[in-house]
Amino acid sequence: MLNAVPLPAVLTLAAALFCIGLFGALSRRNLIGVLMGVELMLNAVNINLVAFWRYFEARYITGQTFAIFIIAVAAAEAAVGLAMVIAVYRHYVTVQADEIDRLRG
Amino acid sequence: MDALTIPPVDLGLIAPLLVVVTWATGLLLVDTFFIPVGRKKLTGYLAIAGLVVAGLVGLPLWGVSGSTFGGMVRLDPFALTLTWVFLLIGILSITMSLDYLPRQDIEQGEYYPLIMFAVSGMILLAQGADLIVLFLGIETLSITLYILTGFAYPRLTSEEAAMKYLVLGAFAAGFFVYGIALIFGATGSTRLSEIGAYAADRDLGDTNLTLLLGGAAMVLIAFSFKAALAPFHMWIPDVYQGSPTPVAAFMSVGTKGGALAALVRLLFEALPTLNAYWLPVLAGLTALTMVVGNLGAIAQMDVKRMLAYSSIGHAGYVMLGVMVAGEQRGPEAFIFYILVYALSNLGAFAVLIALEHQGEEAWQLDDFAGLYQRQPLLAVAMAIFMFSLAGVPPTAGFMAKFYALTAAWEGGLPWLALVGVLTSAIAAFFYLRVIIRMFMTEPEGEPAPELNRGLTIDIVVAAAGTIIIGLIPAPIFALVERSAVALGG
Repeated sequence: MLNAVPLPAVLTLAAALFCIGLFGALSRRNLIGVLMGVELMLNAVNINLVAFWRYFEARYITGQTFAIFIIAVAAAEAAVGLAMVIAVYRHYVTVQADEIDRLRG
Repeated sequence: MDALTIPPVDLGLIAPLLVVVTWATGLLLVDTFFIPVGRKKLTGYLAIAGLVVAGLVGLPLWGVSGSTFGGMVRLDPFALTLTWVFLLIGILSITMSLDYLPRQDIEQGEYYPLIMFAVSGMILLAQGADLIVLFLGIETLSITLYILTGFAYPRLTSEEAAMKYLVLGAFAAGFFVYGIALIFGATGSTRLSEIGAYAADRDLGDTNLTLLLGGAAMVLIAFSFKAALAPFHMWIPDVYQGSPTPVAAFMSVGTKGGALAALVRLLFEALPTLNAYWLPVLAGLTALTMVVGNLGAIAQMDVKRMLAYSSIGHAGYVMLGVMVAGEQRGPEAFIFYILVYALSNLGAFAVLIALEHQGEEAWQLDDFAGLYQRQPLLAVAMAIFMFSLAGVPPTAGFMAKFYALTAAWEGGLPWLALVGVLTSAIAAFFYLRVIIRMFMTEPEGEPAPELNRGLTIDIVVAAAGTIIIGLIPAPIFALVERSAVALGG
């Protein structure tokens, strides 16, 4: 059961998810899209942690607990981020990153 | 799986942290239910009281070394001294906010507890001995700073700065945790000491070591971002310019102090055996940071942006101490520099606040013209801060720079010390430019700056500290020497 899916496959999935998130965060002009990309990056990490825990260090709970910490922190970050998107939208009436450019120099 | 055992917890070792967090949480409730709108200054006074109490609670812990929470949190003189420095930063930042917030019409009670939470994140970073704790510390600090940056809502620049900071910060957090996951996968632990022991046992060809190095690289990227090392510094000028001035002041010294304190621990507890890999990379980043920060500042006619670039340059000087923290001089120089930089920089930002009126920004170089005729004492104070940031004797800034450069020289990085000296010479240009404007040009009919009690106290304390540490540095030297003893890689 444990080895039904080999570890490298899981890690590849996590790495792919991280890269997709990275690409999304870098290429999206829409701020909500950027936040979704960041969220994908953090969740890729969770897959990694749980996979490492399951395959190597089942005696310790570090991997699992850390994943839970990341979920909590990601939630806090998303809450603040979305609140800010709303605040920005109220003024600029846009959530396109490149149209929000008052600070320069 | 074994049964879960809760390790013994010694709350005494985290007493200052505990005081800050519980005080801030309580203060949020007190502020909401008992302090009427319009009297929110009271919340600020209570927050200052909390930080002072936290500092006093730390006094009996001097000399104590120990770890708790199963080795995840450590207390030693290094962490304790940094805790005091961070508390001082918090106190000075709150003092300069007391009058700034009502004047800008953005007074909200939760501002003060938020600063306290940010300080608690910094303390956690100084005390953390486990990657999970470091992650929590960094995020506590960052998330509160995102909110504080956007605190001048509905001012557009503030919102924009907050948004930029948040997007890039969350991005860095992604790198940070991915790096930690790889390190965990390679070594099976997130405890710094266990990672160090693991790395010491392995040969360089080991696959797991490659995984560890990859993870460490990603963690270092995240740290460089938080501490504003070039080339991860792009967000700094925009964010500083847009955020409320006291927040920018707090951020400039707070994030550097917190993130780099954690970096010292990470490098010298978890990765000392791998220094052949990280030392050249970090040395290159440091050199680039000093050059980019100081050259970037030359082009700025906006003093707030100039201070933002200068803070990038100073991150480089702080890094000089961090990289050689394996030697006795390294951590000493680090703590000393953070303290001195905090005093000079917070003072300089306090002068900016005095010049700032509601709705208008008086940060252009021209606004400083003839300040000496309008407000002689304010101009003298600003001159002291500029001299200190430039590293001119007899100010504390000279001592700090001298200390950091000596540490780098003795620690085997003489070329980096040379880069430091050269960039300091460049830096003198734009700091002195402000002084020349203040003393040698005629005022341009600007309204007199507003000085009130909080700001005056702030500026006087910072200026006095800068001068006194510059003239009689011996007591502080003794303090940082005893703080750094316990560390030494």
